Amino acid sequence: MSEKIDVRGLSCPQPVIESQKKMEQMGSGVLEVYVDSGTARDNVSRMARKKGWSVEVNDAQDGFVVKLSK
Amino acid sequence: MSSLSAFFASRAGIISAGVFIGVVAALLQYMGNPPNMGVCVACMERDIVGALGLHRADVVQYIRPEIIGFVFGSLIAALMFKEYRSRSGSAPFVRFSLGFFAMVGALVFLGCPWRALLRLAGGDINAVVGLLGLIVGVGIGAMFLKSGYSLGPSKRTYTTAGLIMPLFMLGLLILLLVAPKLPTGPVFFSAKGPGSQYAPVAVSLIAAIAIGFIAQRTRFCTMGAIRDVILIKDYHLISGLAGLVGGAFVTNMILGQFNPGFAGQPIAHTNIVWNFGGMLLSGIAFALAGGCPGRQLFLAGEGDGDAAIFVLGMLAGAAFSHNFAAASTPAGPGLWGPGAVIAGIIFCLFIGFTMREKA
Repeated sequence: MSEKIDVRGLSCPQPVIESQKKMEQMGSGVLEVYVDSGTARDNVSRMARKKGWSVEVNDAQDGFVVKLSK
Repeated sequence: MSSLSAFFASRAGIISAGVFIGVVAALLQYMGNPPNMGVCVACMERDIVGALGLHRADVVQYIRPEIIGFVFGSLIAALMFKEYRSRSGSAPFVRFSLGFFAMVGALVFLGCPWRALLRLAGGDINAVVGLLGLIVGVGIGAMFLKSGYSLGPSKRTYTTAGLIMPLFMLGLLILLLVAPKLPTGPVFFSAKGPGSQYAPVAVSLIAAIAIGFIAQRTRFCTMGAIRDVILIKDYHLISGLAGLVGGAFVTNMILGQFNPGFAGQPIAHTNIVWNFGGMLLSGIAFALAGGCPGRQLFLAGEGDGDAAIFVLGMLAGAAFSHNFAAASTPAGPGLWGPGAVIAGIIFCLFIGFTMREKA
């Protein structure tokens, strides 16, 4: 399963909360999270790693895409 | 550069940031800043408001270079690491109002969360009561966040829009250095009281720029620390808070600034109900606005116009608190303090309950 969410413009901790909700719904698969700040990128990555997902960060338009997979 | 970024993002990085802030704060006290107030964002913003004559409490008027330095330090870090992003437009007036009431609560307790931690590290037991209020307040805010509370996304805007707050700070710095005396009164500088106590300007400014730089890199935030533990069981940011208390405590012990007790603590009162209530209000307001007063300054420095609006709300809150006798004094809460806190809590609950996105 592959999903995308866009949390650009939202202030912390909403990017983390939204990502977490989606990850719990999915259970496993690939989730691309579009963020626009270094803070959101770091926070989402840290939360995902703690939950045992692997994390890959790439540049995207107006920010980054954090690719989470499990 | 990238290895430096990795360090700042690590557990060791956030703890180092906390220790640095704690040590520097205690040293600034040693060099002249008011006791247990080495760096206090709320108190120092309040002093600036007083210096500008927007309130006339003559013991708390001084243009604190620390506030200016925090914004400059964050701006420098954001530019160096390419994180400067000019943005705004996420419910600005709501954020202004949250800043207003956050300041009301902080001035009833007599300190922002940073000062609560510094008071604790100086032996002031009343700080424990304030910190408990802060934790409950942030917990209430976290519940709203969990149930869909959102002020909506901000938008990218003109690069120069994010420079207005740093320019405002530059203006304050000029007022501090030139110290003009207008026939109408300002700029005011306290002759007695906490406003008359300060470390040398250059020392304060450089120390604050360093703190701003490090805090921008590590995302140091007292509210975020408590919220992350409650909401997602993440202990990253709170280890920075432990670092701050530890750093300040050890430095205080070495410098003979540690005086444990409940009564007679510097710039503090012993009213348990309103120490708790004041910080409770601030905690909800910080959580709903997404950052403690320090963090809002750092965000404003990296181009966040919504955080800048929150800062302006705090400045307005300080003016009203002193003009309407809502701010506490060492003798206890002001005449309108309890009422203002209750009004603020009702306001924050109103915001929290009504500004939720439907899932």
